[in-house]
Amino acid sequence: MSNFPYLSLLVGLPLVGSAVLAFLPRSQGALAKKLALVWTLVTLGLTVALWVAFKANGARFQLKESYAWIPQWDVHFSFFVDGIALVMIALIGVLVPLVVVASWKTVEKLDGKRSVPAYFALLLALQGLMTGAFASSDVLLFYVFFEAMLVPMYFLIGSYGETPRRQYAAVKFFLYSLVGGLFMLAAVIGLWVYGGHTFNWETLQQADFNTMAERWMFLGFFIAFAIKAPFFPFHTWLPDAGGAAPAPAAALLVAVMDKVGTFGILRYCLSLFPNASKYFAPLAIALSLVGIIYAALLAVGQDNLKRLVAYTSVAHFGFIGIGIFAFTTQSGTGAVLYMLNHGLATGLLFLVVGFLVARRGSASIKDFGGAGKLVPILAGVFFLAGLASLALPGTSPFVSEFLVLIGVFSVYKTVAVIATLGIVLAAGYVLWMYQRTMQGTLNPALKEVPAMNKDIKVRELVVVAPLIALILLLGFYPKPVIDVINPAVKATLIQDLGKSDPAPISTEAKK
Amino acid sequence: MLVLFGAACASILVEAAVPRDWRFRVQVPLTLISLIVAGGFLVKLATKYADDDGVIQQGTLTAGKAVAIDGPALFLQGALVVLGIIAVLLISERRLETGGAFVAQAAVTAGSQADRRQAKTGGATEVYAMVLFALAGMLLFCAANDLLTMFVALEVFSLPLYLLCALARRRRLLSQEASLKYFLLGAFASAFFLYGVAMIYGFAGRIDFASIHQAVVTSERSKTLLVIGLAMLAIGLLFKIAAVPFHVWTPDVYQGAPTPVTAFMAACTKVAAFGGLIRVLYVAFERSSWDFRPVLGAVAALTMIIGAVLAVTQTDIKRLLAYSSIANAGYLLTGALAMNSDGLRYTMFYLVAYGFTVLAAFGIITLVRDADGEATHLSRWAGLGRRSPLVAAVFTFLMLAFAGIPLTSGFTAKFGVFAAAVGGNMTWLVIVGVVSSMILAFPYLRVVVLMWLSEAGEDTPTVSIPGMFTSIAVAFGVILTLVLGVVPQAALQLAINAGTFLR
Repeated sequence: MSNFPYLSLLVGLPLVGSAVLAFLPRSQGALAKKLALVWTLVTLGLTVALWVAFKANGARFQLKESYAWIPQWDVHFSFFVDGIALVMIALIGVLVPLVVVASWKTVEKLDGKRSVPAYFALLLALQGLMTGAFASSDVLLFYVFFEAMLVPMYFLIGSYGETPRRQYAAVKFFLYSLVGGLFMLAAVIGLWVYGGHTFNWETLQQADFNTMAERWMFLGFFIAFAIKAPFFPFHTWLPDAGGAAPAPAAALLVAVMDKVGTFGILRYCLSLFPNASKYFAPLAIALSLVGIIYAALLAVGQDNLKRLVAYTSVAHFGFIGIGIFAFTTQSGTGAVLYMLNHGLATGLLFLVVGFLVARRGSASIKDFGGAGKLVPILAGVFFLAGLASLALPGTSPFVSEFLVLIGVFSVYKTVAVIATLGIVLAAGYVLWMYQRTMQGTLNPALKEVPAMNKDIKVRELVVVAPLIALILLLGFYPKPVIDVINPAVKATLIQDLGKSDPAPISTEAKK
Repeated sequence: MLVLFGAACASILVEAAVPRDWRFRVQVPLTLISLIVAGGFLVKLATKYADDDGVIQQGTLTAGKAVAIDGPALFLQGALVVLGIIAVLLISERRLETGGAFVAQAAVTAGSQADRRQAKTGGATEVYAMVLFALAGMLLFCAANDLLTMFVALEVFSLPLYLLCALARRRRLLSQEASLKYFLLGAFASAFFLYGVAMIYGFAGRIDFASIHQAVVTSERSKTLLVIGLAMLAIGLLFKIAAVPFHVWTPDVYQGAPTPVTAFMAACTKVAAFGGLIRVLYVAFERSSWDFRPVLGAVAALTMIIGAVLAVTQTDIKRLLAYSSIANAGYLLTGALAMNSDGLRYTMFYLVAYGFTVLAAFGIITLVRDADGEATHLSRWAGLGRRSPLVAAVFTFLMLAFAGIPLTSGFTAKFGVFAAAVGGNMTWLVIVGVVSSMILAFPYLRVVVLMWLSEAGEDTPTVSIPGMFTSIAVAFGVILTLVLGVVPQAALQLAINAGTFLR
């Protein structure tokens, strides 16, 4: 079965589904919903098969496929996965069906004004393109996916967004990402010219660049990824986009799409430009650290729930950033695990916030207050999502945050200490948000809204239950995922980067 | 090429001999068939010169060594013929306006009685003769092997264009103004070109490219002559490709000319002008590239930046595309200045890719209209996505292609020229190109935003149902834009197989 083309199917299936849905007439909204769900469930099945086919102790890159595309430029449709990519693809597979279910209500309201089949077509297109970005082993192919996935997200924000600012947010999102993409294009061209006219990742890895060229190319890639991730100071588009996008799409944006940025740093910056990565590591760590504190402070001050969640993500990406650039296997494994867990936790948080906002018809914290009395179960789920987001022990983000901090502590003590401050702040904004919305005296206006009196529905439970289960499961027993991630991170750091883990404590004395 | 000259003459005879009612029915097939026959001859020539691998290494110099039939010439001529066919289809559209977009006489005072009368009468068919002459001139321009032939070809294709610009059925005054502006500036540019030829003659003693190539090394005359001559030649050519600072005519002319003619100019003139420019640079002056590369590099950088920046402020869709075409001239120059075989190939590829996209884009513009003719003001396009999703979707795709998003030809083309320029040690120019691409993405995006994200207003125009000709033209352009983006192998291989210039 090892020759089975899992990856091209995983990329192709959603795209085909997207094309099918795009040709459905506008009136077939109900059919489109079901079709999208079935389609994404089939894809999920395939994802599970991929997970099974992947051997945790096997070769670094597995399930390789390659088809010629533009022979003149040595461009191929070629895919492979290592543990890092596998985890991200699995996250997509799990999340997208849930997002589809979560969108049912959102879309009903739009029915008549916007095309419902087109909404699901965009979601599926996004799924295929994101999977492609994680799986491609050809730099140009990666670039193509990286840029192309902007287009469906742009329309999801711009056409289906909820606030009047959706246009502004969509354009800002697109321009920021495109600017990053063009920097990367320049670097990709550089790679092609200096790397011996090939785009093959494995060949390029052997290439030797002169120092200046390597640094410039690193910066080209890094800026693109830092915008995507987003790192401070390139993060300003995310609160706007996250606040304006429909909640399910925002969940997908923050949970998966932004991970392409951190994933790209691991796969392209670190592995292709090891020397430049070491050179720029202090800068990247500093940016991440500022991001953790700064975004957490801003999150405290937010009144809009969706923007608040978006800001928390910026802070969490700071953790991923320091985890990656501390260059220890522990912190690296923690960072990749965090990429997965943050996807689960923030995805959950965004979806729950989406339910709340859909009920209340407003995302402003002021419009809630004491809502826990009306919707106790939903409030419970919200609380749980919040706790996962602040990485309480027992939830899966805790494991990853812990790993990151241990890893970082062994090389940069101060950084780890400052980052810990971010955890305290996280507890602050999450709990305060919960208190202001769900506890205290009941906001009388809430009773007037009929939808607010209905607690969680079966459909919504179906959406959140798998995520909660995964968060708790991975919180107590993360080993199967770590087993997959760890070898890949080790390979990236030790083989590609030539970094060995510091011996505990002693090396620190020399600094 | 000769086929086209013949057809153009025949077309004039038709104009004189065939009764008015029949002219349209005769002219369209005549034009299209002659183009197809010309294309057939090109293919035949190409297969004749191709070696076993399909690479065209050889060719001939014919007509007393005045015309070079080599790989690049055949490639560009082929491109011109195909683009020309699409442009002619756009020109032939009669369903949108009674009698097509043209009038017979350009010089009638705008707004006078005679002018109003001719606006009501049926279509003018003189355009076909002029288009044929222009195309034939362009074909010659790409293949000219000495400066004088080049000058003749320049005039042959320019003069009909000046006239074509003035023939718009609507907005006569604007159209005439455009034509006059184009003519005056064009005449200046031609004069510069001619003086340049004289200077080069003074330097090299000959005007054919091979001799100039020799003379750059061997001639003992003052280099000043060469530099001045080259500068003057460059002014003439840069005017045609609309590079800064010789670009000022472009927005006015693009806006004033009848839209099918604008499409024709944007696609075909660009191919021809660049065809001529790269031939001059690569064949005649390759050895003095150190002389002109910094200067032309600066021109290219300015062209990209100014074109992009000014495009941001435009409120008229035709002017927007005009500035975008200026910026694109800069990208093309970037490729051309690589001065290596990659530069040649990818510049040619870019020309073809851009030509199809721009033809389709202007084709769409002819469709968006109200009672007063085309609605070209951007504010009028707001909410078009609601009214006519298909047209808006196609136009969005074209805008993405202009912005160079992957899976469109714009991306493949841009990648090619930038890669060539990095290979030719013009990295700084590529960086300028990347920056200007970012700026340029904004106006394209604004159009997309307007079409999809704004509510349709009272005065959002309806989209006319296109006739067969426009439909074919637009469909062709869009499909090729997609094909060149997704599976560009074949076209790339053609461009690579075109080999190099014959000296």
